Amino acid sequence: MTEAIKLKAKDYKSAVKPIWCPGCGHFSVLNAITKAMAGLGIDKDDTVLVSGIGCSSRLPAYVDSYGFHGVHGRGLAIAQGLKVARPDLTVIALGGDGDGFSIGGNHFMHACRRNVNMTYIAMDNEVYGMTKGQASPTTPIDWDHSKLTPHGPGVRAFKPAALALAAGAPWIARGYSGNPNQIARLIAEAIAFPGFSFVHVLSQCITFCPEQTDWKGVVNEREGPALVDADEAAALFLHEDGFQTGLLFAQQRPTWPPATAEPVVEDALDHLAATFRV
Amino acid sequence: MAAMTLMTATSFSIAITGAGGAGVISCGDLLLQAWARQGGRGLLRKAYGPQIRGGESAALLKLTADECYTAASHYDLVVALDWGNFTRFEDEISLGPETRVVCDTVGEIPPSVLSQGPAVQQLGLAEMAADTHPDGRVNMLVLGILGRSLGLPAASLVELAAEKLAAKPVAYRDAATCCIERGYTIALDAQVSVPPLGSPQVCYMSGNQAAGLGALEAGIRFVAAYPITPASDVLEWMAAGLEQLGGQLLQAEDELAAINMTIGAAYGGVPAFTATSGPGLALMTESIGLAVASETPVTILNVMRGGPSTGIPTKSEQSDLNIALFGLHGDAPHLVLAPLDIADCVFTTGWAVNLAQQLQTAAIVLSDQFIGQSTAVVSEPRRCPPPAAGPARKDNDYLRYRLTESGVSTLAAPGDSGQRFTADGLEHNEKGTPSAKASDHQLQLDKRLHKLVSHDYGDDWGRRSGDGPIALLSFGSSYAAVAEAAEILAESGVLARTVALRLLAPLQVEALNEDLAGCEQLVVIEQNQGGQLYRYLRGQMDFQQQLYSYAVPGPVPLDARQIAEHVMEVIG
Repeated sequence: MTEAIKLKAKDYKSAVKPIWCPGCGHFSVLNAITKAMAGLGIDKDDTVLVSGIGCSSRLPAYVDSYGFHGVHGRGLAIAQGLKVARPDLTVIALGGDGDGFSIGGNHFMHACRRNVNMTYIAMDNEVYGMTKGQASPTTPIDWDHSKLTPHGPGVRAFKPAALALAAGAPWIARGYSGNPNQIARLIAEAIAFPGFSFVHVLSQCITFCPEQTDWKGVVNEREGPALVDADEAAALFLHEDGFQTGLLFAQQRPTWPPATAEPVVEDALDHLAATFRV
Repeated sequence: MAAMTLMTATSFSIAITGAGGAGVISCGDLLLQAWARQGGRGLLRKAYGPQIRGGESAALLKLTADECYTAASHYDLVVALDWGNFTRFEDEISLGPETRVVCDTVGEIPPSVLSQGPAVQQLGLAEMAADTHPDGRVNMLVLGILGRSLGLPAASLVELAAEKLAAKPVAYRDAATCCIERGYTIALDAQVSVPPLGSPQVCYMSGNQAAGLGALEAGIRFVAAYPITPASDVLEWMAAGLEQLGGQLLQAEDELAAINMTIGAAYGGVPAFTATSGPGLALMTESIGLAVASETPVTILNVMRGGPSTGIPTKSEQSDLNIALFGLHGDAPHLVLAPLDIADCVFTTGWAVNLAQQLQTAAIVLSDQFIGQSTAVVSEPRRCPPPAAGPARKDNDYLRYRLTESGVSTLAAPGDSGQRFTADGLEHNEKGTPSAKASDHQLQLDKRLHKLVSHDYGDDWGRRSGDGPIALLSFGSSYAAVAEAAEILAESGVLARTVALRLLAPLQVEALNEDLAGCEQLVVIEQNQGGQLYRYLRGQMDFQQQLYSYAVPGPVPLDARQIAEHVMEVIG
């Protein structure tokens, strides 16, 4: 740890130029992440950004910290293994809606349930951008812009916050790429939260879903403190329009792994080998 | 009834069969441990049906004078607790006129058994057990009967049973003691003579435990895995060990998570390991490629079982060689190793971990159900501790994937100051920045291949013996049967050398060629249908010798005599 780190948000950016289209919401998330890191005075050497595959999953290379750009859908698994093995690090997993809720859906549920002390930022643009505009699990049922599903996906969209709550996530927030300051604040709180913190960001895809520029008119910051009661949160997440932002749900729950009661045994290897001697 | 000769000069084999949950495995396990305490050697093969309770199980014991890693090919004594479960093992337990059968007075002996002409001794086993103690169990009664006939002290059997039942209610332990002692009063009709005893300074372990020990001794401190037969017991054994060592074991939601968690921990600088079997390995292959591309060291123990698909989860086969060698997409050079016997699981797994760490790549270790779940009495196994750590290196102008002479570049971990990088499965340049340029692709492909093929693996790539004009080539668990086949051939005046591969990839072509010099005929022996090793070797080498394949699928273990007969046949 370096003493008294006084870095600005831009100091947390790497020299690698993003591949994103002009106007992509992910620029806001990148800015928010670096702003949150600067705000918390996080040591670059002790921070790891982990991702899967997709436009948003390119982000770790754009931040001047340690990073891991893995395979599609498995960023959360890499991040949990890393955090469990190295609890001293700040671990942030991130990725898109296809990566997190489709191919990586099982890991999302179990990460919520397991509650390892880390942050997960889902940058949700309701579309597979990198493969040029196919429907994702959060795409509206009648979105007919993809040649793959010319009549729309025809299946209802996931509600990520409801899914996270049902799976046991203790901390759920939602941000909007049009409001990077709010995202930065939420990410800073998420990192500080002792447990699995899920930041769902509505991050617009200007290229394949230009209609998402309309989000600006419908997002609204939720008033009042975060819900602590899971029943109330369930009612909210099942019936809302998905455009409420802010910290929505926060609950303290034991993290995994639990603090070990058993001390490390001296000469444990010798003892283990001895158990085989007749 | 006339006394029969029940033993060969060097071994005595016993099969105990019963319903899953009837405790025949425990019975065989305790018998072999008591035998080991007296200075005996031997192996216990465990055979299960697919059900956990209510299925069938068999303890297949081979008691020997010397260390033994082959399954019995015939049985001197068969104890059938019931006949329904016995008949499910008929393919695996061959009876002969010299076999003595012990069974209950209740139940009709199947004609298929009687037709083979064994001598049968019927005892009221179930009734006696119930009569001895309210919680009395037949398996402990049989333990007493067999212990007496083998000349094992009753006190030793009682003590071992008490240790095994330490966590059970006291009534269970009392019942076990009573039943063992009652069994000890019962004499078998025939005089049993046993192999001679040696020094009791030995170890008793399964291959799965041995692999776990080898991994921990090589420095593994993180395991993520998903339960799967027959690999779960590796993980169960390691869980307790890791806790004592201050490591972590994470039960993942599936094998996709398991391998990626393993990669995550390894990226964090903590030596990491996972264990699985065929279906799990299939799920992991994409991410093993990630470990190769991102140069993250991981070790995957694959305890092979009958395949494809769900196959025969509880029984052995060496049919995952192809997927281990060729299952990754793209050009993805990695390490594939195979332990040669139960004790060698310690060394080979340890070696795999060390090589993976040193060469920053993925290592797949191909064990199988036979050596994984069998237990054996072995001499102190050979170890493979991690090499002494060199001085911490810090590069100025750090490049994670720097092109070096050896192909290995400095591996930093989070927390290391000023060596920040993003590990990537995307093709990248030396810095780690994603690159689709042809030149970067060529350079990084070459780097990842070169570091593996240019490494000096020393003499441990295989185990060689003899120098006859015929060579018997094998890998992994087949080796024991092949070595025995070579002895049988020698008795007939046929001199065969044996070469067993411990390191399958990268194949040590030059060293193997040297070992085969002067050899005219080669038989490649393996336990699968397709001749996977045979075809692999033919693809890798230009053989001057006449090459033959002896490939037999599982689940019945390879038999030395059948191998010897086949070799005699093909060499004319």
